[in-house]
Amino acid sequence: MGFFLETTIGGLMTGMLYSLVALGFVLIFKASGVFNFAQGAMVLFAALAMARLSEWIPHALHLDSKLLGNLFAFAAALVLMVAVAWLVERLVLGKLVNQEGVTLLMATLGISYFMDGFGQTLFGSDIYKIDIGLPKDPIFLLESTFQGGVLVNKEDLYAAAIAAALVIVLALFFQFTPTGRALRAVADDHQAAQSIGIPLSRVWVIVWSVAGFVALVAGMIWGSKLGVQFSLAVLALKALPVVILGGLTSVPGAIVGGLVVGTGEKLSEVFIGPMIGGGIEIWFGYVVVLLVLLVRPQGLFGEKIIDRV
Amino acid sequence: MTLAALAPVHAPVIATEHDGAQPKARRIGEVILDVRNISLSFGGVKALADISFDVREHEIRAIIGPNGAGKSSLLNCINGVYQPQHGSISLRGRTFAQMNSRQVAEMGVARTFQNLALFKGMNVIDNLMSGRNLKMKSNLFAQALQLPSAQREERAHREAVERIIDFLEIQPYRKTPVGRLPYGLQKRVDLGRALAMEPQMLLLDEPMAGMNLEEKQDMCRFILDVNDEFGTTIVLIEHDMGVVMDISDRVVVLDYGKKIGDGPPAEVRNNPEVVNAYLGTVH
Repeated sequence: MGFFLETTIGGLMTGMLYSLVALGFVLIFKASGVFNFAQGAMVLFAALAMARLSEWIPHALHLDSKLLGNLFAFAAALVLMVAVAWLVERLVLGKLVNQEGVTLLMATLGISYFMDGFGQTLFGSDIYKIDIGLPKDPIFLLESTFQGGVLVNKEDLYAAAIAAALVIVLALFFQFTPTGRALRAVADDHQAAQSIGIPLSRVWVIVWSVAGFVALVAGMIWGSKLGVQFSLAVLALKALPVVILGGLTSVPGAIVGGLVVGTGEKLSEVFIGPMIGGGIEIWFGYVVVLLVLLVRPQGLFGEKIIDRV
Repeated sequence: MTLAALAPVHAPVIATEHDGAQPKARRIGEVILDVRNISLSFGGVKALADISFDVREHEIRAIIGPNGAGKSSLLNCINGVYQPQHGSISLRGRTFAQMNSRQVAEMGVARTFQNLALFKGMNVIDNLMSGRNLKMKSNLFAQALQLPSAQREERAHREAVERIIDFLEIQPYRKTPVGRLPYGLQKRVDLGRALAMEPQMLLLDEPMAGMNLEEKQDMCRFILDVNDEFGTTIVLIEHDMGVVMDISDRVVVLDYGKKIGDGPPAEVRNNPEVVNAYLGTVH
């Protein structure tokens, strides 16, 4: 039982990070109808920037404080992600207004490859560390109930708290600020939004910036857990079933979807894996999605589209 | 009195009494919208051919014509959704070669849509609040941090929106997502969102399409009140001839992309070409 709990908690933590990446997908899809294939590349790019800048900046400024160095690096990486958002709007999306969804998807695929490569050109292609000072020591819970207790990674707890806080802040921002309202308006109907004077290009820059911010936080947490390397970009492939499971347009869906896939794949790997030779973790999410789509084609939380005939 | 003359948010948007309303004919002013010789075609289809007409301040101007006559295309040209290939459109004496919907909105022109284009997932209040987007001045950070200035602004805009909700008599549905409202009410919300912009000119694309008699009467009353109380200039497309003849000051008639009539309702009604377009020529 203790082991089961431990696996579940580990899965939830992983799931939280899938949720973060999925959140980036959902934000952009909601506001612009673009399925942003480059979300994974943005995570890698942001993580690389964070890792390298947190080396370069303290070095250049002769800073001793690690906290200050990390803060500066975070701020600089954020500025970089905003610049990326602006460039994407300027050079790619702005030119493709009113094009087919497939065209936009291909464009983001292009952006994805470009960022994968360009990030490594700028920041190098080794494996880097991000050290944001998360405690690495494990703690044991419920020691009186189970023999040996339940081992939980403290780092995971902090990461989960950061992710949860981020999600709450974003939800509040979208629900309660005029800009959030404008973003939802654009998501609902481009034409009508323009007619009341909402500037599409600005909204897109904001959305991509927010997605960049989410990518930066996700990249930072993953990077501090596992190191920054090219495989981070593949994370997007893990988040894909999460997004579809939750429903492309639903922020809560992205979160629940992430947790379901995260725990599901860990539990199945540990408990079913040995029976059939392992490797379940890799395909588990996709199989769950297929099953869900059979019953709910719009995903768990997606909007059901009803057309008047 | 124009909407712009009202102080932005504190003055009541909806006056409770007629404050010394003048006879309407005298309030009609200068030409504020001048459409000159515009032509628009989509590939080989000529949607509009050499159309000219003008709209005077404070008037209710109707555009009528059989299906496919080019009415919506004309409205979309004025609104900047389509760019006519020939001709010019000037608004308050300023002529634009290329305009998009957003720039038109900034110049005080609001519109409603023939096939509703509301933000379906948002409630009535949020739909109307988004109509005040152009009037919101606080920046992203003030909003995100909920600074007092941003909160004050939000409250002031909310008051204006509540007044429009009262005016359109949709109080019971304030928090309902508009996608769930019946069609007639959605049309009203669409009008409300346009009114929230406090426009000087309102473009209405078939505001009464698909409505029953009672809903039509309500909508007529709202349109007349808006025109009367705020002096908003109104350009509307409508199929219901009774309505058009009742409420409009001047009527433009289109058929197959050409203008076949222009003038006061009584005159247009007796124009033989117009009669032919609607009833068919007698051979």
